[in-house]
Amino acid sequence: MRVVLGEDLTLLRDGLIRLLTAYDMEVVAATGNGPDLLRALVTQRPDVAVVDVRLPPGFTDEGLRAAIEARAQVPGLPVLVLSQHVEQLYAKELLSAGTGGLGYLLKDRVSDVRRFIEAVRTVASGGTAMDPEVVSQLLARHARDEPLGRLTPREREVLALMAEGRTNAGIATRLVVTEKAVSKHINNIFTKLNLYPAEDDNRRVLAVLTYLNA
Amino acid sequence: MSDGVRVFLSDSESVFRRLARRTFLTCVRGLVQAVVAVAGIPLFFVSVLTVISLSAGIGVVLAPKSLLAVRRLASQQRRWAQEWSGVTIVTPYRPRPVELTNGLIGRLQRCKWLLTDPATWRDLLWALANGPAGVVLGLLPVFMVFCGVWTLAVDGGALLYGPWSNAVPDFGPQVFFLSLLPLGVIMGPRLLKAHAQAASSLLAPTREEMAAQVGRLTESRSQAVDASAAELRRIERDLHDGAQARLVCLGLNIGFAEQVVRDDPELALSLLAEARASSGQALSELRALVRGIHPPVLAERGLDGAVRALALSLPLPVDLHIDLAGRASAPVESAVYFAVAEALANVVKHSGANRAWVQLEYGHGRLVAIVGDNGTGGAALRAGGGLRGVEQRLAAFDGVIAVTSPDGGPTLVTMELPCELSLART
Repeated sequence: MRVVLGEDLTLLRDGLIRLLTAYDMEVVAATGNGPDLLRALVTQRPDVAVVDVRLPPGFTDEGLRAAIEARAQVPGLPVLVLSQHVEQLYAKELLSAGTGGLGYLLKDRVSDVRRFIEAVRTVASGGTAMDPEVVSQLLARHARDEPLGRLTPREREVLALMAEGRTNAGIATRLVVTEKAVSKHINNIFTKLNLYPAEDDNRRVLAVLTYLNA
Repeated sequence: MSDGVRVFLSDSESVFRRLARRTFLTCVRGLVQAVVAVAGIPLFFVSVLTVISLSAGIGVVLAPKSLLAVRRLASQQRRWAQEWSGVTIVTPYRPRPVELTNGLIGRLQRCKWLLTDPATWRDLLWALANGPAGVVLGLLPVFMVFCGVWTLAVDGGALLYGPWSNAVPDFGPQVFFLSLLPLGVIMGPRLLKAHAQAASSLLAPTREEMAAQVGRLTESRSQAVDASAAELRRIERDLHDGAQARLVCLGLNIGFAEQVVRDDPELALSLLAEARASSGQALSELRALVRGIHPPVLAERGLDGAVRALALSLPLPVDLHIDLAGRASAPVESAVYFAVAEALANVVKHSGANRAWVQLEYGHGRLVAIVGDNGTGGAALRAGGGLRGVEQRLAAFDGVIAVTSPDGGPTLVTMELPCELSLART
């Protein structure tokens, strides 16, 4: 799997390269600023990009902008965005900019190596990995609204895990229930939210996120 | 013709053009000054009458209107003094009281605000004295230039050939009028400047007013210094008890794990897991702290984006009307952001509203932020309250805050501060 990395802190960049390489990924380009990152993304067309939001030269949101721009130029480019803080505003922009695998995680999450690698792979295969913090903010924001208020506590739990990008099997393991029970919950959620049920896991997640972000 | 001569000729031509342009401008400005000076006289008498009519009651409505008209005229004179003659006249008025309504109390407050300000009376005196002064100083350059040009046009030929012709009439008056032209060209701008300086003696703040202004500034500065010192203490404490302690713990766990990894891998594993949890907590504490100092999204997207992000994070819908053509300086952005954040936090905590809105606009050198909601009202600037803190924070930038929040709502928090916008950084 070919990865392009955009991270300006040398220590973290080297750490990520070591980590990704250890899990059989090939870092084809590692850049430390916005313009270089955009160029690398467009020319290398990696299987997945791992991108820090804040990059030189301006130390604002160059990384995010590069990712959004790259997804506009290379449709379906999978991007995993990392940041010291998560903003719903950015999640919204990422979701509305282009198709393909998408991840948005707090940088802290790299310390849980197994889940981080899982997230990189999910995004590379066209899936979604949203940080639990984004998801919980989204859910809290709509907690009082109809029709989200009609969900049972269990259905909310399932919805949260689904929005993070977990598969039915993953949700089942986490909640210690059968996969069949999970898909029943999911069907209920979709009915209550008036969303069309989709076979594809990722399309399902995107539908949920887009719904929450509306 | 050599190049040097050509350069000299074109140079002298441009000098002539510049002089002509300047003289023309001076004449127009002089005429404007004269007209304004004449207009000031009736305005003076009307104002005096409305102030006298205060005793009859009707003046409560009329006096502020006429006095504010004088004030507008005086303000225009200050701007002209700056733009035309480079004479800076500082605006001396006391700050307008916040929360002026159109009811009787509001009108009385407006009267009190205007009548107790010594600058109002000196403006009136200026309107009277400026009558003759403005007419004389304004028309003098116009008169001199006009006489010179007129004489040149009518008698120019005779004057040029006069000395060589046989008939020698008396050229005395013509020579005198002609000599007024260069005098007008040279003296015109000086006369305008003299007028501006004369206006300054009445329109500029007096020594006492300057002292009062310095007093206000000293107070708001010491409040700002206190606030920032308290803020630093809070940050120090949070770091000391939070992230720093967690990092110590992290180092301890990793060091211990290093020691025991050969003999007791199980223990080492559990220590490492603990260390990872500790680093996660340290990071989340740092994140919260950083948000409180300077929200990262503010650094990344400016006030516009940061307020949008803030609105998204609230549990109720917030309508946004943001119209900022550029970015304010970082301290101003931060002050306004935290002011809006505080007002919105109050909406969430106290108002019981199910809808809020934020308006951010810039115009006439002022940034205006308005936060409104459809809640139950009853908000106020209470001592020790969050909005009082906002008031102090804004005061450091000469900013003001006004709260209207009748029982039953709606609540409107208006904040305004003078600043400049730079082009949007991208």
